[in-house]
Amino acid sequence: MSLLKVFDVSGSAVSAQSQRLNVVASNLANADTVAGPDGQAYKARQVVFQTELMGKSGASGVRVSEVVEDNAPGRRVHDPKHPAADAQGYVTFSNVNAVEEMVNMISASRSYQNNIEVMNTTKSLLLKTLQLGQG
Amino acid sequence: MTNLLTQGLDFQAQALSLRSQRQRLIASNIANADTPGYVARDMDFAQALRSATGLAGQGGSLVAASAQGGASNAQTGSSMAHAKHFALPSMPTAAGGVDDLLYATNSQTNLDQNTVDMDRERASFADNSVKYEATLRFINSSVRTMLDAMKSHNQG
Repeated sequence: MSLLKVFDVSGSAVSAQSQRLNVVASNLANADTVAGPDGQAYKARQVVFQTELMGKSGASGVRVSEVVEDNAPGRRVHDPKHPAADAQGYVTFSNVNAVEEMVNMISASRSYQNNIEVMNTTKSLLLKTLQLGQG
Repeated sequence: MTNLLTQGLDFQAQALSLRSQRQRLIASNIANADTPGYVARDMDFAQALRSATGLAGQGGSLVAASAQGGASNAQTGSSMAHAKHFALPSMPTAAGGVDDLLYATNSQTNLDQNTVDMDRERASFADNSVKYEATLRFINSSVRTMLDAMKSHNQG
Protein backbone atom coordinates (compact mmCIF):
# COMPACT_ATOMS: atom_id res chain seq x y z
CA MET A 1 0.00 0.00 0.00
CA SER A 2 2.30 2.72 -1.14
CA LEU A 3 -0.52 5.26 -0.98
CA LEU A 4 -0.32 5.14 2.81
CA LYS A 5 3.17 6.60 2.53
CA VAL A 6 1.60 9.78 1.15
CA PHE A 7 0.29 10.51 4.63
CA ASP A 8 3.80 10.29 6.05
CA VAL A 9 5.14 12.61 3.37
CA SER A 10 2.35 15.18 3.52
CA GLY A 11 2.14 14.88 7.29
CA SER A 12 5.80 15.78 7.67
CA ALA A 13 5.25 18.78 5.39
CA VAL A 14 2.22 19.90 7.37
CA SER A 15 4.09 19.74 10.65
CA ALA A 16 7.07 21.57 9.16
CA GLN A 17 4.81 24.29 7.80
CA SER A 18 3.02 24.63 11.11
CA GLN A 19 6.36 25.07 12.84
CA ARG A 20 7.15 27.79 10.32
CA LEU A 21 3.81 29.39 11.10
CA ASN A 22 4.63 29.19 14.80
CA VAL A 23 7.91 30.99 14.27
CA VAL A 24 6.16 33.67 12.22
CA ALA A 25 3.64 34.12 15.02
CA SER A 26 6.40 34.48 17.59
CA ASN A 27 8.23 36.99 15.37
CA LEU A 28 5.11 39.06 14.81
CA ALA A 29 4.25 38.97 18.50
CA ASN A 30 7.69 40.31 19.32
CA ALA A 31 7.80 42.87 16.52
CA ASP A 32 7.63 45.76 18.96
CA THR A 33 9.56 44.45 21.94
CA VAL A 34 12.40 46.64 23.12
CA ALA A 35 15.78 45.64 24.46
CA GLY A 36 15.60 43.73 27.72
CA PRO A 37 17.86 44.19 30.76
CA ASP A 38 20.79 42.61 28.89
CA GLY A 39 20.54 45.23 26.17
CA GLN A 40 19.60 42.61 23.57
CA ALA A 41 16.31 42.99 21.77
CA TYR A 42 14.38 40.00 20.34
CA LYS A 43 15.97 38.61 17.20
CA ALA A 44 13.78 37.38 14.35
CA ARG A 45 13.86 33.62 13.84
CA GLN A 46 13.55 31.63 10.64
CA VAL A 47 13.11 27.90 10.11
CA VAL A 48 15.32 26.00 7.66
CA PHE A 49 13.63 23.20 5.72
CA GLN A 50 15.43 20.06 4.69
CA THR A 51 14.36 17.08 2.59
CA GLU A 52 13.98 13.89 4.57
CA LEU A 53 14.21 10.64 2.64
CA MET A 54 11.58 8.07 3.56
CA GLY A 55 12.78 4.65 2.52
CA LYS A 56 14.34 3.70 -0.77
CA SER A 57 11.30 4.36 -2.90
CA GLY A 58 11.95 7.98 -3.81
CA ALA A 59 9.38 9.37 -1.37
CA SER A 60 10.72 12.34 0.51
CA GLY A 61 9.21 14.40 3.28
CA VAL A 62 10.34 17.60 4.92
CA ARG A 63 11.74 18.39 8.31
CA VAL A 64 12.89 21.55 10.02
CA SER A 65 16.64 21.09 10.29
CA GLU A 66 17.30 24.18 12.40
CA VAL A 67 15.89 27.49 13.52
CA VAL A 68 18.29 30.33 12.76
CA GLU A 69 18.34 33.79 14.31
CA ASP A 70 18.57 36.87 12.17
CA ASN A 71 21.59 38.86 13.31
CA ALA A 72 20.67 42.13 11.63
CA PRO A 73 20.88 45.14 13.98
CA GLY A 74 17.61 46.05 15.68
CA ARG A 75 15.52 49.04 14.75
CA ARG A 76 16.67 52.14 16.72
CA VAL A 77 14.25 54.93 17.49
CA HIS A 78 15.10 58.23 19.14
CA ASP A 79 12.81 58.57 22.18
CA PRO A 80 14.60 59.98 25.25
CA LYS A 81 11.47 59.74 27.41
CA HIS A 82 11.21 55.97 26.93
CA PRO A 83 12.25 54.04 30.06
CA ALA A 84 14.41 51.71 27.96
CA ALA A 85 16.27 54.53 26.21
CA ASP A 86 20.08 54.42 26.30
CA ALA A 87 22.44 57.32 27.11
CA GLN A 88 21.98 58.87 23.66
CA GLY A 89 18.19 58.63 23.98
CA TYR A 90 17.79 55.76 21.49
CA VAL A 91 15.49 52.78 22.06
CA THR A 92 16.46 49.50 20.35
CA PHE A 93 13.51 47.50 19.07
CA SER A 94 13.62 43.93 17.71
CA ASN A 95 14.82 43.41 14.14
CA VAL A 96 11.56 41.79 12.97
CA ASN A 97 10.41 42.92 9.53
CA ALA A 98 6.61 42.78 9.72
CA VAL A 99 6.10 42.79 5.93
CA GLU A 100 8.50 39.90 5.45
CA GLU A 101 6.76 37.97 8.19
CA MET A 102 3.32 38.51 6.65
CA VAL A 103 4.57 37.21 3.28
CA ASN A 104 6.12 34.25 5.08
CA MET A 105 2.84 33.58 6.81
CA ILE A 106 0.83 33.60 3.58
CA SER A 107 3.33 31.27 1.93
CA ALA A 108 3.26 28.88 4.88
CA SER A 109 -0.52 28.81 5.00
CA ARG A 110 -0.81 28.13 1.25
CA SER A 111 1.67 25.27 1.47
CA TYR A 112 -0.20 23.92 4.49
CA GLN A 113 -3.46 23.96 2.52
CA ASN A 114 -1.85 22.25 -0.46
CA ASN A 115 -0.62 19.39 1.67
CA ILE A 116 -3.97 18.98 3.41
CA GLU A 117 -5.63 18.77 0.02
CA VAL A 118 -3.17 16.10 -1.08
CA MET A 119 -4.06 14.10 2.03
CA ASN A 120 -7.80 14.52 1.47
CA THR A 121 -7.59 13.34 -2.13
CA THR A 122 -5.42 10.41 -1.16
CA LYS A 123 -7.79 9.48 1.62
CA SER A 124 -10.76 9.34 -0.73
CA LEU A 125 -8.74 7.26 -3.20
CA LEU A 126 -7.75 4.86 -0.43
CA LEU A 127 -11.33 4.49 0.73
CA LYS A 128 -12.36 3.67 -2.82
CA THR A 129 -9.52 1.17 -3.04
CA LEU A 130 -10.83 -0.54 0.09
CA GLN A 131 -14.14 -1.11 -1.69
CA LEU A 132 -12.44 -2.75 -4.62
CA GLY A 133 -14.42 -5.64 -6.06
CA GLN A 134 -17.59 -4.84 -4.17
CA GLY A 135 -19.47 -3.01 -6.85
CA MET B 1 -8.52 -21.39 -16.68
CA THR B 2 -7.86 -19.31 -13.59
CA ASN B 3 -5.09 -17.67 -15.50
CA LEU B 4 -7.53 -16.56 -18.18
CA LEU B 5 -9.77 -15.02 -15.55
CA THR B 6 -7.07 -13.00 -13.84
CA GLN B 7 -4.90 -12.12 -16.79
CA GLY B 8 -6.88 -9.01 -17.55
CA LEU B 9 -6.70 -7.95 -13.93
CA ASP B 10 -2.92 -8.28 -13.73
CA PHE B 11 -2.34 -5.42 -16.13
CA GLN B 12 -4.70 -3.13 -14.24
CA ALA B 13 -3.16 -4.16 -10.94
CA GLN B 14 0.28 -3.14 -12.19
CA ALA B 15 -1.16 0.13 -13.44
CA LEU B 16 -2.78 0.75 -10.06
CA SER B 17 0.44 0.11 -8.18
CA LEU B 18 2.35 2.45 -10.50
CA ARG B 19 -0.34 5.11 -10.13
CA SER B 20 -0.03 4.97 -6.35
CA GLN B 21 3.72 5.22 -6.67
CA ARG B 22 3.38 8.31 -8.85
CA GLN B 23 0.90 9.75 -6.37
CA ARG B 24 3.53 9.41 -3.68
CA LEU B 25 6.14 11.10 -5.85
CA ILE B 26 3.90 14.06 -6.56
CA ALA B 27 3.01 14.29 -2.86
CA SER B 28 6.74 14.43 -2.12
CA ASN B 29 7.16 17.25 -4.60
CA ILE B 30 4.28 19.21 -3.10
CA ALA B 31 5.62 18.59 0.40
CA ASN B 32 9.02 19.94 -0.60
CA ALA B 33 7.71 23.01 -2.41
CA ASP B 34 9.52 25.26 0.08
CA THR B 35 12.70 23.24 0.61
CA PRO B 36 15.76 25.03 -0.75
CA GLY B 37 17.64 23.04 -3.38
CA TYR B 38 14.99 20.33 -3.79
CA VAL B 39 14.70 18.94 -7.31
CA ALA B 40 11.23 17.75 -8.32
CA ARG B 41 10.93 14.19 -9.60
CA ASP B 42 8.43 12.39 -11.76
CA MET B 43 8.14 9.14 -13.66
CA ASP B 44 7.59 8.34 -17.31
CA PHE B 45 4.38 6.45 -16.65
CA ALA B 46 4.03 4.80 -20.06
CA GLN B 47 7.60 3.55 -19.97
CA ALA B 48 7.27 2.33 -16.37
CA LEU B 49 4.06 0.46 -17.18
CA ARG B 50 5.65 -1.10 -20.24
CA SER B 51 8.61 -2.40 -18.28
CA ALA B 52 6.42 -3.51 -15.36
CA THR B 53 4.10 -5.57 -17.54
CA GLY B 54 6.85 -6.85 -19.81
CA LEU B 55 5.27 -5.38 -22.93
CA ALA B 56 8.40 -3.58 -24.03
CA GLY B 57 9.42 -6.32 -26.45
CA GLN B 58 6.12 -7.36 -28.01
CA GLY B 59 3.46 -4.69 -27.82
CA GLY B 60 5.65 -1.70 -27.12
CA SER B 61 6.94 0.61 -29.75
CA LEU B 62 10.43 0.65 -31.19
CA VAL B 63 11.22 3.68 -29.07
CA ALA B 64 10.50 1.76 -25.89
CA ALA B 65 12.74 -1.10 -26.96
CA SER B 66 15.63 1.18 -27.83
CA ALA B 67 15.20 3.17 -24.62
CA GLN B 68 15.44 -0.03 -22.65
CA GLY B 69 18.53 -1.04 -24.55
CA GLY B 70 20.09 2.31 -23.75
CA ALA B 71 19.26 1.98 -20.09
CA SER B 72 20.82 -1.46 -19.82
CA ASN B 73 23.92 -0.28 -21.64
CA ALA B 74 24.27 2.62 -19.27
CA GLN B 75 23.91 0.26 -16.34
CA THR B 76 26.64 -2.08 -17.49
CA GLY B 77 28.84 0.86 -18.37
CA SER B 78 28.58 2.57 -15.00
CA SER B 79 28.79 -0.38 -12.67
CA MET B 80 31.83 -2.04 -11.17
CA ALA B 81 34.77 0.03 -12.30
CA HIS B 82 36.67 -1.48 -9.39
CA ALA B 83 36.48 -4.93 -7.83
CA LYS B 84 35.62 -3.50 -4.43
CA HIS B 85 32.69 -1.47 -5.72
CA PHE B 86 29.28 -2.81 -4.84
CA ALA B 87 25.92 -2.34 -6.52
CA LEU B 88 23.70 0.35 -5.07
CA PRO B 89 20.39 -0.90 -3.70
CA SER B 90 17.51 0.14 -5.90
CA MET B 91 13.78 0.03 -5.38
CA PRO B 92 12.54 -3.54 -5.14
CA THR B 93 9.19 -2.95 -6.84
CA ALA B 94 7.85 -3.85 -10.22
CA ALA B 95 8.44 -0.36 -11.54
CA GLY B 96 12.19 -0.74 -11.61
CA GLY B 97 14.75 1.26 -9.71
CA VAL B 98 14.52 4.69 -8.24
CA ASP B 99 17.05 5.57 -10.95
CA ASP B 100 14.28 5.40 -13.53
CA LEU B 101 12.72 8.54 -12.13
CA LEU B 102 13.14 11.77 -14.03
CA TYR B 103 14.19 15.15 -12.71
CA ALA B 104 12.19 18.25 -13.44
CA THR B 105 13.89 21.44 -14.54
CA ASN B 106 12.51 24.64 -13.10
CA SER B 107 10.09 26.58 -15.23
CA GLN B 108 10.91 29.89 -13.60
CA THR B 109 14.18 31.02 -12.14
CA ASN B 110 14.19 31.28 -8.37
CA LEU B 111 16.82 32.00 -5.78
CA ASP B 112 16.56 28.84 -3.69
CA GLN B 113 17.22 26.39 -6.59
CA ASN B 114 13.93 24.61 -5.95
CA THR B 115 12.44 23.16 -9.14
CA VAL B 116 8.92 22.42 -7.88
CA ASP B 117 6.39 24.17 -10.09
CA MET B 118 3.25 24.15 -7.97
CA ASP B 119 0.91 24.61 -10.95
CA ARG B 120 2.41 21.66 -12.73
CA GLU B 121 2.39 19.51 -9.61
CA ARG B 122 -1.23 20.31 -8.85
CA ALA B 123 -2.19 19.46 -12.42
CA SER B 124 -0.23 16.19 -12.30
CA PHE B 125 -1.77 15.36 -8.96
CA ALA B 126 -5.32 15.86 -10.23
CA ASP B 127 -4.52 13.93 -13.40
CA ASN B 128 -3.03 11.07 -11.44
CA SER B 129 -5.94 10.93 -8.99
CA VAL B 130 -8.49 10.73 -11.79
CA LYS B 131 -6.54 8.04 -13.58
CA TYR B 132 -6.08 6.07 -10.37
CA GLU B 133 -9.83 6.11 -9.91
CA ALA B 134 -10.33 5.15 -13.54
CA THR B 135 -8.11 2.13 -13.02
CA LEU B 136 -10.14 1.22 -9.92
CA ARG B 137 -13.30 1.34 -12.01
CA PHE B 138 -11.77 -0.80 -14.74
CA ILE B 139 -10.92 -3.44 -12.15
CA ASN B 140 -14.34 -3.22 -10.54
CA SER B 141 -16.14 -3.57 -13.84
CA SER B 142 -14.09 -6.53 -14.95
CA VAL B 143 -14.73 -8.21 -11.60
CA ARG B 144 -18.41 -7.56 -12.10
CA THR B 145 -18.29 -8.93 -15.62
CA MET B 146 -16.69 -12.13 -14.38
CA LEU B 147 -19.18 -12.48 -11.54
CA ASP B 148 -22.05 -11.96 -13.97
CA ALA B 149 -20.66 -14.64 -16.25
CA MET B 150 -20.54 -17.07 -13.34
CA LYS B 151 -24.16 -16.53 -12.40
CA SER B 152 -26.74 -18.92 -13.71
CA HIS B 153 -29.37 -17.51 -16.05
CA ASN B 154 -32.29 -17.96 -13.65
CA GLN B 155 -30.58 -16.36 -10.68
CA GLY B 156 -31.68 -12.88 -11.66
